[in-house]
Amino acid sequence: MNATFKVGQRVLVKEGDPPGHIRTPFFLRGKPGVIESIHGEFRNPEELAYGKEGLPKKPLYLVRFLQKDVWPDYRGPAADTVCADIYEHWLDAD
Amino acid sequence: MGGKDFGPIDQRDHDRTDWDNRVDAVLKLMLDGRRFRVDELRRAIESLPEKDYMSFSYYQKWLAAIRILIVEKGMLSEDEIATRLAQLRERAAG
Amino acid sequence: MAHHHDHDHDDHAPIEEGKAPTEFDLLEQAIRELLIEKNIFSADDLRRQVDKTDSVSPADGAKVVARAWVDPAFKAQLLADPKTAIEALGYDVGPAPNLVVLENTDTLHHVVVCTLCSCYPRVLLGPPPDWYKSKEYRGRVVIDPRGVLDEFGTQLDDSVEIKVVDSTADMRYLVLPPRPAGTEGMTEEQLAALVTRDCMVGVTFPDTPVN
Repeated sequence: MNATFKVGQRVLVKEGDPPGHIRTPFFLRGKPGVIESIHGEFRNPEELAYGKEGLPKKPLYLVRFLQKDVWPDYRGPAADTVCADIYEHWLDAD
Repeated sequence: MGGKDFGPIDQRDHDRTDWDNRVDAVLKLMLDGRRFRVDELRRAIESLPEKDYMSFSYYQKWLAAIRILIVEKGMLSEDEIATRLAQLRERAAG
Repeated sequence: MAHHHDHDHDDHAPIEEGKAPTEFDLLEQAIRELLIEKNIFSADDLRRQVDKTDSVSPADGAKVVARAWVDPAFKAQLLADPKTAIEALGYDVGPAPNLVVLENTDTLHHVVVCTLCSCYPRVLLGPPPDWYKSKEYRGRVVIDPRGVLDEFGTQLDDSVEIKVVDSTADMRYLVLPPRPAGTEGMTEEQLAALVTRDCMVGVTFPDTPVN
């Protein structure tokens, strides 16, 4: 499998609001995170949602974000985090 | 959805109604029979008008998604559904 | 006893307790009848599917957690390769989406959500509760996890990192909660009885033993 990013690497979730079925939550778009783990390669749900095969498979990562980087007014401890599974084509190196 | 405050969480458990179970059964038959992918169903739910998305119950949303996809894939026409609905409405009133 | 099916459309009347049918009742009936008429599936298929009971319940997840509490080698495998570990207990994980087990400790507390829909580790917990699927939970737990946990009666010190995990893709997340104090010498069965559905989602701790 060719995963572009490595565990521990800093990444930035892409901005944007393309039409269709997108599994990258709005609240994480444009936010900086760190690769927590690499799940492997999976079919692209954006294409599966329209009856296409979703191939070639794309690498899928668990990405970790500091809550204070996601929510400007986060009032919990600085160490609190939120994670989500994000496909490679939604990430850039930070 | 993530980051929005809709107020306190109702923690009560509700048993599924017979209606819920029938919708769930149709859903499972369509998925197991490979008529729909779960990604297509999710996309159909996301395409519902916002007021429906916010007010429909869990199984009402799935039924609305099933309706969208069976028409989209040509299994049934909107006309056939409308005609049957009219017949059932008449029978229920009479 | 012979039972003659005359396939009358009123066989599966949607009316519950004498109430007038709603538009949703009628829509379900219309779609169901039409799909059967078009041979997309048969009435028998539907009856069989409706009668199928969910064989999986939180008791299954509880057994896995209790085993991890008493058996360190199993716990290590559960965290590294959950599919193999769980199949060794006799569960058929099948071609289901991939399971990931998240360990909660003194310093790290995971809580799981699906903000986009209702993805949930059904393979070990059965169907999700209504609150998990609600917009109230999905909206707030990512931005105010401590407030949400508080609503569930769970308080965590500021020294504990809360990590909210949003199941946005094919992975399904199960929390492995910490073994409660005062449970030394309990059998696996007794331990499993302390493991609630909610503590495997991460909104509560396991029950503590009642002396």
